[in-house]
Amino acid sequence: MAKHTLVALVADKPGVLNRMASLFRRRGFNIESIAVGRSEIPDLSRMTIVVEGTTGMVEQVRKQLDKVVDVVRVSDITDTDLVARELALIKVRATSATRSEIMQIVDIFRANIIDVAADSLTVEVTGDEDKIDSLFNLLRGFGIKELSRTGRIAMPRGGVSPLPADKDSPKTRSKQPRT
Amino acid sequence: MKMTGGQIVCEGLIKEGVEVIFGILGGAILPLYDTLPRYPQLRHVLVRHEQCAAHAADGYARATGKVGVCFATSGPGATNLVTGIANAHLDSSPVVAITGQVARPFIGKDAFQEVDITGITLPITKHNYLVLDAGSLARTVKEAFYVARTGRPGPVLIDIPRDVFIEEVEYHYPGRVDLAGYKPTLQGHPAQIKKAAKLINEARQPLIIAGRGVIISGAYAELKRLAETAQIPVVTTLLGIGCFPESHILSFGMVGMHGMAYANMAVNAADVLIAIGMRFDDRATAKVSAFAPHAKIIHIDIDPAEIGKNVRVDVPIVGDVKVVLGALNKLILSTQHVDWFTQLDDWRKEHPSIVIRECDGLLPQYVVRQIYEVTRGEATIVTGVGQHQMWAAQHYWYDRPNSLISSGGLGTMGFGLPAAIGVKIGRPEETVWCIDGDGSFQMTMHELATVVQEKVGVKIAIIDNGYLGMPRQWQELLYSKRYVASRLSGPDYVKLAEAYGIPALKVKYKEEVAPAIERAMAEPGPFLIDFVVEPEENVYPMVPPGAALVEVLEEPEIRAKVRSDSAKLPLSNI
Repeated sequence: MAKHTLVALVADKPGVLNRMASLFRRRGFNIESIAVGRSEIPDLSRMTIVVEGTTGMVEQVRKQLDKVVDVVRVSDITDTDLVARELALIKVRATSATRSEIMQIVDIFRANIIDVAADSLTVEVTGDEDKIDSLFNLLRGFGIKELSRTGRIAMPRGGVSPLPADKDSPKTRSKQPRT
Repeated sequence: MKMTGGQIVCEGLIKEGVEVIFGILGGAILPLYDTLPRYPQLRHVLVRHEQCAAHAADGYARATGKVGVCFATSGPGATNLVTGIANAHLDSSPVVAITGQVARPFIGKDAFQEVDITGITLPITKHNYLVLDAGSLARTVKEAFYVARTGRPGPVLIDIPRDVFIEEVEYHYPGRVDLAGYKPTLQGHPAQIKKAAKLINEARQPLIIAGRGVIISGAYAELKRLAETAQIPVVTTLLGIGCFPESHILSFGMVGMHGMAYANMAVNAADVLIAIGMRFDDRATAKVSAFAPHAKIIHIDIDPAEIGKNVRVDVPIVGDVKVVLGALNKLILSTQHVDWFTQLDDWRKEHPSIVIRECDGLLPQYVVRQIYEVTRGEATIVTGVGQHQMWAAQHYWYDRPNSLISSGGLGTMGFGLPAAIGVKIGRPEETVWCIDGDGSFQMTMHELATVVQEKVGVKIAIIDNGYLGMPRQWQELLYSKRYVASRLSGPDYVKLAEAYGIPALKVKYKEEVAPAIERAMAEPGPFLIDFVVEPEENVYPMVPPGAALVEVLEEPEIRAKVRSDSAKLPLSNI
């Protein structure tokens, strides 16, 4: 069992998320995170899904996802050189005694304080999961009032994306079944 | 030109070549029904339960190769379709289901007869749509038919709110479909085809295992050419029956749980297995880890998600079976496999598999044989699900393309009669026999009314053993004969048929069988025969659940007879 990052280009239509989620649910996968937003192509969204499973199981779901009519393309980019980021908002308890210490920690992580209240600070942090986990662990001692994470968004580094914008290329990608 | 949503649907159906619709009306779909009289070229067949509308559309689709269409109203009408849609989904049958939905302002408010049918059918359709404006209806209908019939076929549902049927919009039917996310691969990869050809040309014990994909793509000639050129024996899955003539010298029958013992042994011994348009269903493979242990496997299928799903594959080829076989055949050398055939023929002698035991009573296998004899093998057989289905698969010889229509993947009892109605309506010139069990028949026997109202000349043979026979057989063999809830009563089927206005006969003795079938054949319209058979006859051969394909239980009396005739190796040593 390992964590897999799938990236999908899907039609921006009602029900698409449901169609995809149900293929995971049916096989008992727990989706660790899912993030969707507009892509560079009109009417298409890009989705990043993180799931845990064996390579065989994930590949089977990937193929099933690829069959969904509203899914233009989906690839498992776990083994490619990729950039991945997540954003988190952390509302941490802060008193006049602790406020400056929190601000120092936030600085070290190159995170931002985006809201200040009498008894709390809200921190915005971007990075990979480890960085967010570390910051969270450091702030935990002050008392966390609320945490919200976007889940991972990812894309392969530089070069050609495995999800090119060319809408007419065949849907079944080069990931040739092993021979 | 301006048209109502209902008219747009009908125009679309006609553009897509639809001639027959199976359905039941109701409040939400009434506006669509109200437009039907304007389109007399659309024949509507009123069924008695929506499940049967879907089964009939499915049967029609399988028999004709065209898309089958069914209508149902919202709520219970739509939910009743579900079993039929799931059945079409698992057997890759092109069906378009159109359901009425409550009017748009009521959606999501638990309105009368409201159900989220697109949500419910999400995992059992190839695709589905909820149409929220009449302006997108034409495109949706076009897409639905395109998706249903291309690639690996399957059911598509279109849910249309009542007020969308009434809404008037400008009508324009799109000429083509452009779906970025749906581009089926038809051509096989040339390098993979080359690899496959090399394996086949070098094989010493090659075997073809062919499935329904051959029938769907109409690759009968290509399959025959491959088998004959390279002298490769052919076995089929249940749904593959009718893709290759069964009395052909290269045919070794059906594989799987109730397949021929020698067919299963052939799979076990093959060094190259060419799987064509089949998906390694667990009823065909038995224990997967012991499946084809010596074989390099070539898998040809149009659905990339089937590759490597159940069985490891050495040479996958994604593409349309007809196209791929056409390309493959150019690379295949003419060969002989004399030793292989000698071996297979020996196994066939040692494990005859479908020899009927001696019995004074009426055996179900005998009934199927007699239907074969009297129809000279020229009928299309439609079955329900259960023991009778296996006997129909085993004891009728299917030499004609696509001549067995049966529920394979979902195993839907009750499929027989409604599917037979669809088959007969799709191919009226064909002799259609519905071979059904008494349990299976009782699930949808209300469709006798449809048979009469629509004058469907289908012949019905009930294999009546007073049991839910397949579970009873499992209880006998696997649950120490504890017959819990498998004993089954039924009506007097002859009186029942007569009540509907269908002539019928009850048959209890061997000598009555052939005359009764002849009598049914002489009748221009429908006919029903209730064959009261030996109640506890079992289906053999049988691979018990969890066992390997070669761990076959054979008919004990026949097995003993063969054993005493010749002291051959026991089955387990092979």
